[in-house]
Amino acid sequence: MNPALTWNLPEDVRQLFVYPFMVNALAAGTIVAVMAAVTGWFVVLRRQTFAAHALSVMSFPGAAGAALAGLPLSAGYFVACGLAAGAIARGSRTADRRDRSQESAVIGTVEVVGFALGFLFLSLYGGVLENLESLLFGSFLGISTSQVYVLLGVAIGALTFLAIAGRPLLAMSLDELVARAGGVPIRALEIAFLLVLGLAVASTAQITGVLLVFALLVAPAAAAREFTPDIGFGVALSVAIALAVTWIGLGLSYYTNISVGFYVSSLAFGVYLVARLRRRIAHPFGDRPRVVSIEPS
Amino acid sequence: MLSQDFIRLALIAGTPIAIASGALGYFVVLRSQVFASETLSHVAFTGALAAAAVGIDLRFGLYAATIGVALLLAALGTRAISDDVAIGVLLAWVLGLGALFLDLFNRSRSGSNGVIASRTLFGSIFGLSTSDAEISAIVGAALVVAIAVIARPLLFATVEPRVAVTRGLPVAALSAAFLALVGVDAALTTQAIGALLMLGLIAAPAGAAHRLTANAYLALALSSGFALTSLWLGIALAYEIPSLPPSSAIIGVVAAIYVIAFATCKGTVKNARK
Repeated sequence: MNPALTWNLPEDVRQLFVYPFMVNALAAGTIVAVMAAVTGWFVVLRRQTFAAHALSVMSFPGAAGAALAGLPLSAGYFVACGLAAGAIARGSRTADRRDRSQESAVIGTVEVVGFALGFLFLSLYGGVLENLESLLFGSFLGISTSQVYVLLGVAIGALTFLAIAGRPLLAMSLDELVARAGGVPIRALEIAFLLVLGLAVASTAQITGVLLVFALLVAPAAAAREFTPDIGFGVALSVAIALAVTWIGLGLSYYTNISVGFYVSSLAFGVYLVARLRRRIAHPFGDRPRVVSIEPS
Repeated sequence: MLSQDFIRLALIAGTPIAIASGALGYFVVLRSQVFASETLSHVAFTGALAAAAVGIDLRFGLYAATIGVALLLAALGTRAISDDVAIGVLLAWVLGLGALFLDLFNRSRSGSNGVIASRTLFGSIFGLSTSDAEISAIVGAALVVAIAVIARPLLFATVEPRVAVTRGLPVAALSAAFLALVGVDAALTTQAIGALLMLGLIAAPAGAAHRLTANAYLALALSSGFALTSLWLGIALAYEIPSLPPSSAIIGVVAAIYVIAFATCKGTVKNARK
């Protein structure tokens, strides 16, 4: 297989769909982009990018542990992500308040324990986890049709949760005290959000690699928030950016044979830079026009 | 155990690294910059891979990348509290560049692909050469001295940034210098115990110390002490149990200390102020 890029754009696009693996990759990429962009909008709003990163990293000990125990990889991913989400939610509060210093220390510790365990499992396993590289950086070759369906199921679940819990989650992210007075179950919702985040990240990482999830989770949402403080428009814009970046990234990777993670993360970073520059030019003196923001502790 | 050369080298290189990481870590936790330090450790990975892909000395790539990005992060964070979202986006891109360099490196020298990646990612404190250990010891000691020099003004600038500005302290320059030190530490730790595990010596001992006491100097000492204890115990454990990788052993001890601190002390209201 050695597809060549020509100046004939429709022909180039048609070429993308010649191989079944590429069709699966595009389908998986589309599902992942939508799920990550919507979830990511809440991640950026709640300033939980570090937690998201730590959860995405959990696929490493998950995979190594599953290999050691002889279980299916996905079981390992979900167990590791669930445990980490619980530990982060449990540890990031002091005297029932969100505690920034402690939160960042807990997340860092959880993450590094995950790495250490993964390394230990790997050494006990004895074998080489030959897909370490694709685990970290993603390989979109060889995504099966059944994997696409599983991914679709997880995405529908995660999006349904966000559709139902979105309002209270938003209220609580903006003003915890008021939300609490309004009867929002803060702790439960906090843990539930982290679990859904973990689920989304874990299912995505199996296919796209830890790195790509994270690039899609944070950068499009952050760029969308630079463009608009509006909630509905912001989420839609975030999804649009994620989709564009994924499709272009997959296409470029297909033609140049360089890792898709590089293209997707670089394109997403570029969009974010443009968004920041635009705001700097539009509002040279002021802060961003925020309707929603979290008090910067 | 001490008659073994590789253990002696590990202790010589590791001791100053642990002291420096523990002390830097306390400021990192106090300033909620664990994510920034994590990013720097990933930058170290990308820097090393870039140097490998181009074919220059790995150490040059390491230090140039970490110090450069540290200064960039300092420039990005205009407020006292660093901007996690901007860091997250930057981190994603840095990892993406890592993927590119890994690809380029694999293509230029097929065969040894996974080895360099897993060596920079996880390192091995038992595989240091004498010159590695010497450099680590010297740079580590220099780091400790640098921290001691800026500790007092940095603490002031961290706890009361506005008052510090009115007193004429160069707060922005201090923040930049601090992040640069974390960058040097990231590069140094990457060589010895691996990019991914550097966070263990930064976040966990400091997190434990921060839970146990609100007294800054006591916490600094405790944090360094915890880091050092876990390094020594971890090395001893890994020596006794051959199937246990040293990095995992060190992180295991660190995590145990953190869990104990978490269980014994729920944190005071004063600590929760931030």
